[in-house]
Amino acid sequence: MITVEGLTRKYGSFTAVDNVSFVCQPGRVTGFLGPNGAGKTTTMRVMVGLTPPTAGRVTIGGHLYSDIPNPGRHVGVLLDASAQHAGRTGREILELGARTMGLPSSRVDEMLELVSLTPVEAKRRLRNYSLGMKQRLGIAHALLGDPSVLILDEPANGLDPAGIRWMRGLLKGYAERGGTVLLSSHLLHEVEQIADEMILIGNGRIVAQGDKKSLLANAGDSVAASFVTALDNERLAQALQAKGITVAKAGEGLRVEAETVEVGRTALESGAVLTDLRSAEGRLEDLFLELTAETQREAV
Amino acid sequence: MTAMTLDLSGTEPTPFGRLLRVELRKSYDTRAGRWLLISIGLLVLAAETIALAVTTVQDEAMQFGDFVGTAAFLTSFLLPVLGIMVLTTEWTQRTAMVTFALEPRRPLVIAAKAMVGVVLTLATVVVSTVIGAVCNALYGAIEGHVDWTFGWSDFAAFTITQVLAMLGGFALAALLLNTPAAIVVFFVYKWVLPGLFEVGAQLIGWFGDLRPWIDFQMAQNAIWDWSHSAGDWGELVVSGFLWLGVPLVWGIWRVLRAEVK
Ligand SMILES: Nc1ncnc2c1ncn2[C@@H]1O[C@H](COP(=O)(O)OP(=O)(O)OP(=O)(O)O)[C@@H](O)[C@H]1O
Ligand SMILES: [Mg+2]
Repeated sequence: MITVEGLTRKYGSFTAVDNVSFVCQPGRVTGFLGPNGAGKTTTMRVMVGLTPPTAGRVTIGGHLYSDIPNPGRHVGVLLDASAQHAGRTGREILELGARTMGLPSSRVDEMLELVSLTPVEAKRRLRNYSLGMKQRLGIAHALLGDPSVLILDEPANGLDPAGIRWMRGLLKGYAERGGTVLLSSHLLHEVEQIADEMILIGNGRIVAQGDKKSLLANAGDSVAASFVTALDNERLAQALQAKGITVAKAGEGLRVEAETVEVGRTALESGAVLTDLRSAEGRLEDLFLELTAETQREAV
Repeated sequence: MTAMTLDLSGTEPTPFGRLLRVELRKSYDTRAGRWLLISIGLLVLAAETIALAVTTVQDEAMQFGDFVGTAAFLTSFLLPVLGIMVLTTEWTQRTAMVTFALEPRRPLVIAAKAMVGVVLTLATVVVSTVIGAVCNALYGAIEGHVDWTFGWSDFAAFTITQVLAMLGGFALAALLLNTPAAIVVFFVYKWVLPGLFEVGAQLIGWFGDLRPWIDFQMAQNAIWDWSHSAGDWGELVVSGFLWLGVPLVWGIWRVLRAEVK
């Protein structure tokens, strides 16, 4: 479990992290979400003792990071996959990590296998790695010591679609086995699919936190919407409009400002045959953009 | 595993010996590091071979100690660079983030790195001595007479001054955390300052009295002479404190508090 209590980090007069408190529970994946420069990386660096906090503190499983003996065996950290010696081979980088933690070389092979880096790739120097390969190596490094807590800063950065899906499964599995996983991102859809819990940060402040449902519930009166396609769109649109529901054309089908259940019911009543019905994604995205509005660089 | 607290009872703190072995490995597992070590070895070999060639051609008298001394003069240029690189690479390559995440007890990491510098310096001393012995034996075979004079006191002084040279680089590296800056400052300190001190001592009377206490290079003569004067050793301690102690303590203090990026 990671507990952040009243964490503040100032650089001169600029406050990068402003009185931030949250908890990452074991058995859950916690997503740490915010626009560029929101303070995610700074918060994570304080967690592992690389940046001293101005105020507040972070404990991991009840301990300060610096009090954890051989911390690599308990906490897996990936902050910056390119912060490695460019002249070392991928294998050598893992080998150094394994030796520091007192692990056998066989662990290095296991990890290379896990992140799908081939023996040939493992012999290349880091400066010749692609972005995604560096990221895979960084994930392998974080997992070396079989830790029960994972702290990953933008782990999906540079991974290909298959890699992202693989990582999602990996982290979910980790949490299911009781591990604590904290991962950051500035991409909502990336976190949404994997995180059980989300922390939204903007300008160094927490703007919202909770699971997807409760975040949306708190969003209050923002209207639900669905996408629907029927064999006869015209007929369905009329039936919906008769109920006073706003309908608009959207691609092949319709965008309806109502819950899917209401659209389904109307279809049944009107006898329209549905070929596709889903809730319009993007509400969470709207919420995210709205909550971090003042902190975005672009006007939304 | 669904515990709210981490059970640390089964984990030993990382032993110092392990940190030392990892840091030693880091000193030669990159091309840059390996070539620095190879260059030191080649320089020693070249220096002593040239000394052998020149002296046999000109029939000059040579002792075992002279061969080793030639090498010592040259390695005293490269060993400080070694001491600097052992530390600054962590910052220039940003590996300090990983190193300090795996071992948050930063003083131990720095101590392990300093020890690596000492170990490699001792290895250089051994290599210089072995090559020196071979050259001296060859000298004997060519010239028909051989002089194995190389006292323990010279050997000890050689070893100590080489370690001090390396540590001088290390201390400046801790202070500056930047390879070129540390190298430049080191050479100014080792080769330019003594000249300035000399000039200053000539021109300003009171500076002449002060100089022995702040000129670390000159004070090291006490080691070569195995001086019997307590004053000489006092000067060594004071100037060493100034040039090694202060930058080292100040630098380490900075590293301990630094934000690692
Ligand atoms: N050493 C420093 N001096 C001054 N400002 C700093 C320093 N380190 C970080 N900052 C500032 O703190 C803020 C937070 O940075 P941080 O790296 O935590 O953002 P982030 O949420 O990780 O963003 P991104 O999504 O782009 O990675 C930024 O405005 C950054 O410029
Ligand atoms: Mg960041």
